[in-house]
Amino acid sequence: MKPLKIIVLAKQVPDTRNLGSDAMKPDGTVNRAKIPTIFNPDDLKALELALNIKDRVKGTSVTVLTMGPPKAADIMRDSLYRGADKAIMISDRRFGGADTLATSYTIAQAIKKIGDYDLIIGGRQAIDGDTAQVGPQTAEKINANQVTYVIEIMDINNDGFVAKRQLSHGIEVVKAPFPCLLTVHGNAPECRMPIAKNVMKYKYARSKTEAKKEQDWIKELLEQRPYLTIEEWNVEDINAEAERIGLPGSPTKVKSIENVVFTATESKVLTDSDDDVEEMIKDLLAKHTIG
Amino acid sequence: MKNVLVYCEVDDKKVAGISKELLSAGKKLANKLNVKLEAVVVGDDLNDVEKQISQYGVDTIFKAQDKRLNVYTTLPFAKLTTQIIKEQDPQIVLFGATDIGRDLAPRVASALGCGLTADTTILDIGNHFVKKENKEYKDLLYAIRPAFGGSIMANIINWDRHPQMATVREGVMKNEIFDKDYKSEIINVDTNTLSDEDFVVEVLERHIEESEVDLKSAPIIVAGGYGVGSKENFDMLYELAEVLGGEVGGSRAAVDAGFIEHERQIGQTGVTVRPKLYIAAGISGAVQHTAGMQNSALIISINTDKNAPINEIADYVIVGDLNVVIPKMIASYKKNTK
Repeated sequence: MKPLKIIVLAKQVPDTRNLGSDAMKPDGTVNRAKIPTIFNPDDLKALELALNIKDRVKGTSVTVLTMGPPKAADIMRDSLYRGADKAIMISDRRFGGADTLATSYTIAQAIKKIGDYDLIIGGRQAIDGDTAQVGPQTAEKINANQVTYVIEIMDINNDGFVAKRQLSHGIEVVKAPFPCLLTVHGNAPECRMPIAKNVMKYKYARSKTEAKKEQDWIKELLEQRPYLTIEEWNVEDINAEAERIGLPGSPTKVKSIENVVFTATESKVLTDSDDDVEEMIKDLLAKHTIG
Repeated sequence: MKNVLVYCEVDDKKVAGISKELLSAGKKLANKLNVKLEAVVVGDDLNDVEKQISQYGVDTIFKAQDKRLNVYTTLPFAKLTTQIIKEQDPQIVLFGATDIGRDLAPRVASALGCGLTADTTILDIGNHFVKKENKEYKDLLYAIRPAFGGSIMANIINWDRHPQMATVREGVMKNEIFDKDYKSEIINVDTNTLSDEDFVVEVLERHIEESEVDLKSAPIIVAGGYGVGSKENFDMLYELAEVLGGEVGGSRAAVDAGFIEHERQIGQTGVTVRPKLYIAAGISGAVQHTAGMQNSALIISINTDKNAPINEIADYVIVGDLNVVIPKMIASYKKNTK
């Protein structure tokens, strides 16, 4: 069949599963400097789905697209190591503070600049927001069809594909034509590991911002080998309207933030001795909590 | 005045539980604002569902009925919902944070160019002063949701691009019938706006398991975390749950580690539960988890770490190895209930 052009949407996220006490600033915003960042888990699975299609359909190209700060170049390199062909960053301070509407507009503008695609594949949701909105919103903006919660591409041919979707209480199998935007569910297969050959090839891949700080020999290398350049697009590059990006483009605003405070319960602290366990079970039986 | 609108999901001629919860919550908001409550329902056979909806105090039902709408796919449902919202111009629109709601609502919000707050757990009405404009906006929707792994609750508002839309988590709003004899006006929505191009996605198969796992209505839940250590060790939790007449759940860490299946996940990104007894074994108590179980009537924490955060909300804290404690609990329960 004809080779496909796939765009993978990826995000670098703070690892919300390992948060320290200094994770939030007093004003309630996230103190990103204090939190380790990772490749958003669902997006890695989206990358795997794309690479799996690349294995099956000869000549398919996989371009990874992210919006984020300069540091997000880390996940761009990671994607190249794992088998992506190209990496593009949308990076500009003016994109900061975007909610999902402004984010999807920005990503949609970048997709329009890329132009040609058969599939756009992103993770279902990012662990820093868990909204699962950017996929469907982006699909709407580029006027593409959408298939959410995908765990497997069961069949793929020139007309389209058959996908298995993970629902909360079951499975659905759908058939859809190209072009289409897919979001990938966390139950999809894990992403393959970086391949040594690719690590060698892309070790010195750098974004424009990164390249500026590098030694001369790396700068020269980047000029000699254009594939090492991680593209970096700003507001003008993607032809974005100022009032639709970042904070101004975001209708939802945070009015207030409250730390979740537990109503501390008077706990009964017990050991794992036979007597303690028995005492608790008897208590629960007496209260009719169990039994 | 602009009204409050609820998107109702229907499955097999029955209004979904989440939609009933939304209608109940929507009625309260509508009453606070002194406006009408409206409902949107889309499907192929909706004649029996009107009555189920009316009793929540719904003033107007917008019914989009068409043979082609027998199963949910994104494009036609989004097109009709967008069309209705554009015509009716409500001030607030609520969707369930379900498979369908999370697929549909963002698509609709994007088409309308409005904001959408995801996975809300508290809804309220209040004011907001915008300094820049030196203006007080009255009667805004406060869409309050756990954020950032559940460590904070964020109150999200949207004062300038209406409607104000939110998806709401299942199981957090009470299902309360307003008036069994309430009469709604039924308005049939024109579905001729749909074209063949809207039906390009074809559902070939659908296996919905009549959820064997029913965490939400289980009176007792035995939940395990990463500390359980392995899939095999979870067998012990299943045994305890069976003896006590409960269900087994897991934290996100346990699900991510592959110890237990996704549908049993409790917490911010899983199910929210409020059983009469919650036994947390090897769960440290990240807010992501406690957000989904802190309203349990009685909590037992079994943990080797006496300073585990979950112990702060536990009624009983057993400091010890769950591999030792759980078999003892099973034995003791059997002995005392003979």
